[in-house]
Amino acid sequence: MPRSGSNPRPARRRSSRSLSPVTPLGFTLTALGISYCAGLLGSLVGVGGGIIVVPALTLLMGVGIQKAIAASIVSVIATSSGAAVSYVSQRIANMRLGMVLELATVTGALSGAYLAAFVPGRGLFLIFALVLTYTAWSMLRPAGGSIDPVPDPLADRLRLHGSFFDRSLGREVSYRVFRTRLGLAVGYVAGVASGLLGIGGGVFKVPVMNLAMGIPIKACTATSNFMIGVTAAASAAVYFMRGEVLPFVAAPVAVGVLLGARTGARLLGGMKNSTIRIVFVAVLAVSALKMFAEGFR
Amino acid sequence: MKPPPQDSAAGTERAISRILRIGVSASLVAISAGTLLAFVRAGGYGKEPADLARLIGPAGAFPRTAAWILGGALRLDGRAVIVTGLLLLIATPVLRVAVSIVSFARERDRAFVVITSAVLGLLLLSLVLGRAG
Repeated sequence: MPRSGSNPRPARRRSSRSLSPVTPLGFTLTALGISYCAGLLGSLVGVGGGIIVVPALTLLMGVGIQKAIAASIVSVIATSSGAAVSYVSQRIANMRLGMVLELATVTGALSGAYLAAFVPGRGLFLIFALVLTYTAWSMLRPAGGSIDPVPDPLADRLRLHGSFFDRSLGREVSYRVFRTRLGLAVGYVAGVASGLLGIGGGVFKVPVMNLAMGIPIKACTATSNFMIGVTAAASAAVYFMRGEVLPFVAAPVAVGVLLGARTGARLLGGMKNSTIRIVFVAVLAVSALKMFAEGFR
Repeated sequence: MKPPPQDSAAGTERAISRILRIGVSASLVAISAGTLLAFVRAGGYGKEPADLARLIGPAGAFPRTAAWILGGALRLDGRAVIVTGLLLLIATPVLRVAVSIVSFARERDRAFVVITSAVLGLLLLSLVLGRAG
């Protein structure tokens, strides 16, 4: 697991419940270090930091799963908004499509965040473990596939088709959008996952937007990121008003994940990331096993 | 290098990037400053392992009233400054949606005024829903 190099008294790893020897300062520095690594790794492999932050806070640092999810969802707003700045100004994100799909993701996020109050901690551990497993699998799965174009009158009427300037190709890429209704359905599911588990939900949306809706992968990730800020804001507001967002936990997580993601974005140009992907999948797999164990205890 | 964009759309994109950048940076500064304040000032986080149990336990919650947050932030209470930063972060995407409503209205794009207004409505509903749930 990623650990902070600079903390004076690291949290004990032995048992997830033992945190007696840790002082508030030690906790803050460790959480900052772990969140930084989560943001860095996540941005290098193209997923948000939430998927690592929640297991790390619960399994390594003894934070309750609801509080960990609440801290994570706040950090998701920061990373997605930070990333969206460059996507929007480079015009890669399809803002019209994003705003339509936000109807579904935000509704989903509200359902998920509302539901989270009624799901017991064990249940959250189990659902989270399943999503971790799915994420690990989706990262190992070979990318690509063929798109089957079907006319979509809804996309025509709302003018959702887009274009952006692809720097690596050196030309403008235009595309048509298909299956907007399917996109709305998947957006709702991604929103529920986001609100319930404190993650961005891009791992559900991006494959469908790419393979079923016909959107080039760069525009998919950019548009997904653009939506995630609003989606996470909806669930964060619910958690905030419910009192689950603890300033002491949320502060180092938000700062750490955001700074880590920024470092990752800067490194991304010159790195070959197949090794990082394997390390990341391994971290996801170990976290999934531990969370299953926690759920079945 | 970039294709010549429509003026109003480019203006909206500029406005949206600026809101996101300023919102995230301002909240980051508030959250970091609040954390420092909570550690250095008396009545903040404390230094003992026992304080940690209090901070991550149920007692770690704070009064979610405007009076506590604003009053605390003005007194430079660390936790209230952090909460202000967290609220700024939550408000950033909400503000982004509000700005796009205005720009769609200017373009007389009625369908998108309705869509973005509905998104804003859902976001505002989330605050009420949190209180109820």
